[in-house]
This record gives sequence, C-alpha cells and structure tokens, in this order.
Amino acid sequence: MSKLKDGCVKPVAGPLIGEETPQPSQEAGIIQEVKKVLAKVGKEAIDFEASAFVAGEGFKPVKLSDYKGKWIVICFYPGDFTYV
Amino acid sequence: MAAVAALYKEFQALNVEILSISTDSRFVHKIWQAEELSKMVDGGVPYPMLSDGGGKIGSVYGVYDEAAGVDIRGRFIIDPDFVIRAMEVLTPEVGRNPAELLRQVKAFQHVVKTGEVTPSGWEPGDITLTPGPDLVGKVWEVWKP
Repeated sequence: MSKLKDGCVKPVAGPLIGEETPQPSQEAGIIQEVKKVLAKVGKEAIDFEASAFVAGEGFKPVKLSDYKGKWIVICFYPGDFTYV
Repeated sequence: MAAVAALYKEFQALNVEILSISTDSRFVHKIWQAEELSKMVDGGVPYPMLSDGGGKIGSVYGVYDEAAGVDIRGRFIIDPDFVIRAMEVLTPEVGRNPAELLRQVKAFQHVVKTGEVTPSGWEPGDITLTPGPDLVGKVWEVWKP
C-alpha cells in the first residue's frame, strides 16, 4: 500500500458563508448566537470546507465548491460504526 | 454509506461526486474504513469522508441535532450550477434507499437536459411531460399513476 498523505495540517474553515454569516445579536446583555439554516431547494448550495479521509490518498481538506460543475450528493449521517 | 458505495460505479457513470459527512473526525473515518467498511464493500468506501466536528456544516444544512451532538441522516442533491435540487432528512432509525437517490439524480439530469418534467415515480424510458397551456387538464390523457 502506498504511503497515505496528511494534508490536514491547518484547521478547516467549516461553512463558507462570507458576508451573509449571521451576526451574534445582543439582547438584554446576553449575546445570542444566531443559528440559521440556509440550505433550501432551488437555492445555491452553501459552500464549506471540511477535513476528510480519502481512501488511498489520506487526509486532505475538501471544499464543496471543488466539485462545482458536477452533480454532487452530500450524505450526512449520525456516526461511524453505526449502520447507515 | 456502504449501500451507496455499492452503487458507486452507477453514480460515477452519471458524473456524480459523492461526499459523506458526519461529526466523527477524519481519524475515526480512516479506522471505520479499515475495520468495517472495507469488509462490507470491495475496496471500501471510494468517496471522500468528511468531518463536521462541532456540527457547523450540519447546522447550516438543517441536519445538526444539538441535543445528540450529531448530524442526522440528510441527503442533498446539488446540480452543476451549484443549486440544491433535492433534500431528504430522516431521523436516525431508518436508513436511506440509494436506489431512490439514483432515480432522483437520473430524473434531475433528464429535466436539466430536456426541459421536460418527470411525473411521480418516473424511471428512465418512462413518459415525460412538457409543461405549458396545452397540458392543463390533459395530464390524464398521457399519464396515470
């Protein structure tokens, strides 16, 4: 087996929502973080960057927009070692 | 994951990239692949397995369960223009049906290519509809469930 690479040496960005990032709102002295669901059908996908394991390659950061121009399927699931 | 991996060649033939994502770290993904997935599917899961530690990505996609600290089952189809075409979200107890995912991808690719629309349960080769004034009240003539 060829040597796997570790391309995940820097922290990844998570959601890349730029200026549309919901700003924390200050209400009665309590800072509340606004958590907003942004994904909607018919609307542009929200880009993100995540660290990934790729078989045969190793670890690398992956951006959703790396795959722009192709059909993409994203599958979220609750956890490794569960049946999915 | 393994069920989608088993159909991977069909997804590749349709020019579809698959990304799986959970709150597990990339390290756990590697060991799951080595210990289990590679034994379920020849060669293991061939697509990138992403880590959403903290659930930030799941939050913007509406699938992060804060109480449990995990992303629940959610599946999104994104077209080449980067537009979300479909989403399916399930509570954890029930697994998904990759054959239905494949069917939806084929149907979306067909409508993008042709401008036609596909009725309920459409499979490649089935009749499609062309929307417009002439079709109003006439669907029954060409299509029945």
